[in-house]
Order: sequence, then C-alpha cells, then structure tokens
Amino acid sequence: MEPFERLVSRVVALPVENVDTDQIIPARFLKVTDKAGLGDALFADWRYAEDGTPRPDFVLNRPEARGARILVAGNNFGCGSSREHAPWALAGFGFRAVVSTYFADIFRSNALKNGILPVVLEPEVHARLLRQAAEMPDGEVAIDLHGRTLTLADGESATFPIDPFARHCLLNGVDQLGFLLAERAAIARYEAANPGRVYTVDSGEEGAWIH
Amino acid sequence: MPRSRTLFEKVWESHLVRPETPEAPAVLYVDLHLVHEVTSPQAFAELRARGLRVRRPERTLATMDHSTPTTPRRSDGRIPVTDAQAAAQLAALERNCRDFGVPLFALGDDRQGIVHVIGPEQGLTQPGMTVVCGDSHTSTHGAFGALAFGIGTSEVGHVLATQCLLQNRPRTMEVRVNGRLRPGVGAKDVILALIARIGIGGGTGHVIEYTGEAVRSLGMEERMTVCNMSIEGGARAGMIAPDDTTFNYLAGRPFAPEGPAWDRAVEAWRGLASDEGAAYDATVTLDAGKLSPMITYGTNPGMGMPVDGIVPDPADARDASQRAALDKALRYMGLRPGERLAGKPVDVVFVGSCTNSRISDLRTAASVLRGRRVAPGVRLLVVPGSQAVKRQAEAEGLDRVFREAGGEWREAGCSMCIAMNGDQLAPGEYAVSTSNRNFEGRQGKGGRTFLASPLTAAATAVRGVITDARELVG
Repeated sequence: MEPFERLVSRVVALPVENVDTDQIIPARFLKVTDKAGLGDALFADWRYAEDGTPRPDFVLNRPEARGARILVAGNNFGCGSSREHAPWALAGFGFRAVVSTYFADIFRSNALKNGILPVVLEPEVHARLLRQAAEMPDGEVAIDLHGRTLTLADGESATFPIDPFARHCLLNGVDQLGFLLAERAAIARYEAANPGRVYTVDSGEEGAWIH
Repeated sequence: MPRSRTLFEKVWESHLVRPETPEAPAVLYVDLHLVHEVTSPQAFAELRARGLRVRRPERTLATMDHSTPTTPRRSDGRIPVTDAQAAAQLAALERNCRDFGVPLFALGDDRQGIVHVIGPEQGLTQPGMTVVCGDSHTSTHGAFGALAFGIGTSEVGHVLATQCLLQNRPRTMEVRVNGRLRPGVGAKDVILALIARIGIGGGTGHVIEYTGEAVRSLGMEERMTVCNMSIEGGARAGMIAPDDTTFNYLAGRPFAPEGPAWDRAVEAWRGLASDEGAAYDATVTLDAGKLSPMITYGTNPGMGMPVDGIVPDPADARDASQRAALDKALRYMGLRPGERLAGKPVDVVFVGSCTNSRISDLRTAASVLRGRRVAPGVRLLVVPGSQAVKRQAEAEGLDRVFREAGGEWREAGCSMCIAMNGDQLAPGEYAVSTSNRNFEGRQGKGGRTFLASPLTAAATAVRGVITDARELVG
C-alpha cells in the first residue's frame, strides 16, 4: 500500500447525506474478478445519462474535478453494502481522501485498507469547507496525517480524529495482512486451546461437497 | 463475584487471540467464514500473490447466490448462466474453492442458496460463535446469539489466510421491544420501525442486542429478519440471546452437535445470555403494541412509516441537509408530501432476499395468495432463499399457490434484492419488496422500491395497490 503522509489538492464537493455504496458503485459493476478499471463506474448512475454519455451537471464531470484527490461528501458516507469495490472505484478515479461528518463502519475499514483516508470534521468546519468549495473551486485543501490536520483554502486549520493503528498503517504503508500473519504463533495457541466449533468439510461418507 | 457481562462481551472476550491495546486493534478469532462469488475473487488472488494457503478450510463454506440466475431449470436439471461476466465470476469461485480446498455449495447443488439462509438452515450458525462474510447482511446470524458481521474483501483475505481479523471493540446498544405485537404486525415491521426511529446511521459503531418480551416471542426465522437489517440502522451486528426457541430450531440440523455433544453445547449456550445488571452503552425502547405494518417511502431504509401513513413534507425536516435529502428522495420516488401510500399502484411485488425468503415468509405470503389472483398488470416474483426452502415449499404445495395466483416461482438466490442476475425493475417501475434496501437503483437502474413485510407484499400483489394486509385477512 502506498504510504499517505500529506496531500494537497482541489476538492470535489458532493454535499449529499447518506451516500450508500450502491450509489458509489452500482451492483451491476460487481461482476468482476479484479479491481482494475472500476474508477469509470464510480457514481455511475449519477454520472452518466441513459445513453452512457457524462452528465455535464454532475460534479465529477466538471473540469475542476479533473485531478482532484479529495472528495467532500455529506453525513454518513458509505452506508449500506460492504462492497470494497466502493473504495476501489474511488481510488480508481484518483481520490485519496474522503471528508465527511461521519462514515459508515465497513466503508471506513475498507477505505483504510486501500490507502484512502476518511477525514471526519466537525459540522461547522465541514460546512465551511463546502462553502469554500463552491466559492473558490480552484482553492486547495491540505491534509497532513502526521499532524492530523486539514487546512482549508482560506488557511483555517482543523484537527481530525483517527485511531493510532490506522494512522500508523497509512503513514508507513503497512498492510494489515502482514501484521496478522506475524501473529501466527498466538493464533496457533488460541486454536490449541479452543477446538473448532463446526467442521464444514465432510468426513467423506457422502462424497466431496464440490461437484 | 465476576462482573456482569452482556451477550456481546461474552462472545467477544472468548474470541480474543490478542486483546485491544492503545496501539493496535484486537486480534479476533473467526469460527465460521462464509464466502460468496462477488466479494471473494480479489481475496483469493491476494493469497495466490503471496503464496498463502487457506488456514482453516474446514471453518469456511462457500456458496453461489448474488449473480446466479433464478430462472427455472432446464429439462436436464441444469441452471444455465447466460451472463458471460457472471459465469466467469462463478467459475472463478469454483476454481478458487477447488485450489484452496474450501467446501462449496455450487449452483445446482441441493444445499445451494443465499449465504445467510444456508448457514442457519445447515446448523452451521450456532450460539456463541463468531461468523463473518464479505456481505453486510451477515448480521442475520446474530439471531442465534453469534457475533456476526460483514467485512470487506481485504478482510475476506485476512480471514482466509489467518482465520482472524483486526477489530476495534464496538460499543453496545440494547434495543428493548416491550409488550406484544398486534395481529398483522411482524418482525419486518419491528425492524423497519426501529430504523425509522434511530435513522440509518443511528447504530454506527455499535452492536445491537435485541431484548424484551416481543423479541422473545419471535420464532428463529423472524429473529433472523430483525438481526438481518441491523446494518440498515448502521450497526455492524445484531444479536439475540439463545433460548429454547434457538435450541429447538438447531436440533437435528446437519452440522449441529449430536448426542452428548449436543447436551454439553446447550448447557454452554444457556450461559451466553446477558447477565442481570450488565450495562449497555445505549438503550432504545420500543412498545410492540403500538407498532403497525410498516412501509418505506424514500431511498433509504430509515425513511419508513406505518402503511396507512402519509409521506412526510421536506419543509418539516430538522435542518437543510435533511430537507435536501428528503426532497431528493421524494423526487426519485415520484411522491408528493402528504400523499397516502396505501392505494398506490405498483408494477412488481418481490418476495425473497436474505431478509424474507425462508419457509415461514413463504407460508405467510401464501396464506394471503391462496385462492386469490395477482392483480392484472402486476408481476409477482417469489424467490426462495435456498434449495432446501424451495423443496420444503414445494412439499407443502406453496409453489402451486403462487403459480395458480399468477406469480413466478424461481430457483434460489439473491435475485431482485440486488439485481445482479437479470431479475430487476425497469426504470420508473414501482415495487413492493420484502428485501432490505430501497436505495436508488438497488433493484434495477431507475427502479423505485417500497420495503415491506411478506404479508404486506402479498396483499399488495392481490390488490395491485399498496395494501394494509389486515384489510384482506382480518
């Protein structure tokens, strides 16, 4: 995973509450076996007209969205389905941070595993950020993960909470699977003390389950 | 004397490989990992890339449900997959399960079905276990007193490789449902009423435990309906303490313990209930006797109201953001503030999904449809949750009830709940659906969903308009 330390970028403002992962990437795009190319499906039903052409009034299709790496969304971003295709699509478009007043649990967890920083702001700061995005679309916002600060285009700065482990992993590009694999011995000890509750693999009398 | 603990605390603490520290989350052991075709391919690819094996294939079970067709079998008994992309995804699961030794209930297997239907019906989901799946409705399994929650694909890889997850300990919320439900009001109405009350973010960061007389009186399948939609209130998991209802359901299921092992298990399971005086971080109380059949009017499951209610006015919203959200939802739904939903014509009625596709749901729907006809111009789609549910329904003649009423009787799968398999609404169509999500486009691009119970759905199919079932069945 690419480390995340500091990000300076224009923002894309999507001030909609409760953006669910079905909007971030509709289910018909989930019939894939890899992660590549999902950026094109990001917000597909809001972004494209019936004939597949981009809707010029949707924020991702406006010229100032090009190259922007920070999405500012409404409250409770990423609710609904657990699909990790949502952060894959956001990353595919180029986003590395999403700013909201709070995030749904599974989305936040998935985003962090893909190098996307979920930034939670107080409602007043969040509203100010949205106002500035409308008033000065070329203004840049700076996110500093070391200092846990977000600096608005007008120079005003706010801190944001992030749990120490998530911050450590992002700053150092640590992948969590590696961290878990290093716990092999502790896992083996747990298994020795706690026999399995169920065995999904048959003893063989009824034949293999796979056909 | 040991301190009083909640059901959640007991299950959480007994699965800690390492407790949480200020620097790192807990390492939590997973007893049962359920896998399906949509959220697993990239996880298996990660294992391949790192040269890892599946640590505990015998604590893992895969099935095919999301992108599988539900169209009737051909004369040779096969279910053809005509969508090339879906076929490739299903083939990838078959290959991954073969290569990594993971048992699979594939399409065509007589145990195949929706992942959250087959776990319980096979007796794999048991009290006190930790259960995860790359699917947010894994909360369903909490009905047995398991700690069960949805995970992302990276975490599917973590569990495949280590049988563990890194987790921060969630907070707890008690949802106490006092009193008794009135006739015609069921589990789906309880959970829709709760989400309407707390909002779709109200449970974020929490595990819910459902308690109270009304919860105790629910059957296992109704309890699964309640826990299933915990995620729609933002909670990762919902749990219900196991009791005789739970044990009676589990007894004799294929993977449930037998003989002396069963007796030991039941004794241990009886100790899982929250202790007297155990504390929750939050408590919400509902009065069952005041609940009505519920229906949603908007584009998230929190936008719900009694079926005889009127659509709220954005002008009455708490703040500008909520006003904008409600206004957007009503425009998408094509509804006016103050409009009554009862009496509104619909195009489609869908009975199915991991929320409401079990045998008791189908019996309820059939009780309304028996001897009646689906209204002209309405399409009724009935999709059983598993092959086992389908066989049971056919043994009881329920399939004939649905067919003779003019409905479609299908193979098992997620179907129109997520519209990945060709079962979907056309743009602009209205559906009353027993599923769990009314998000924009969830049942097909441009489709408009009213979530409701199987009883309301069946009554709506008969009348062709949104109907309070109590008018039909008294």
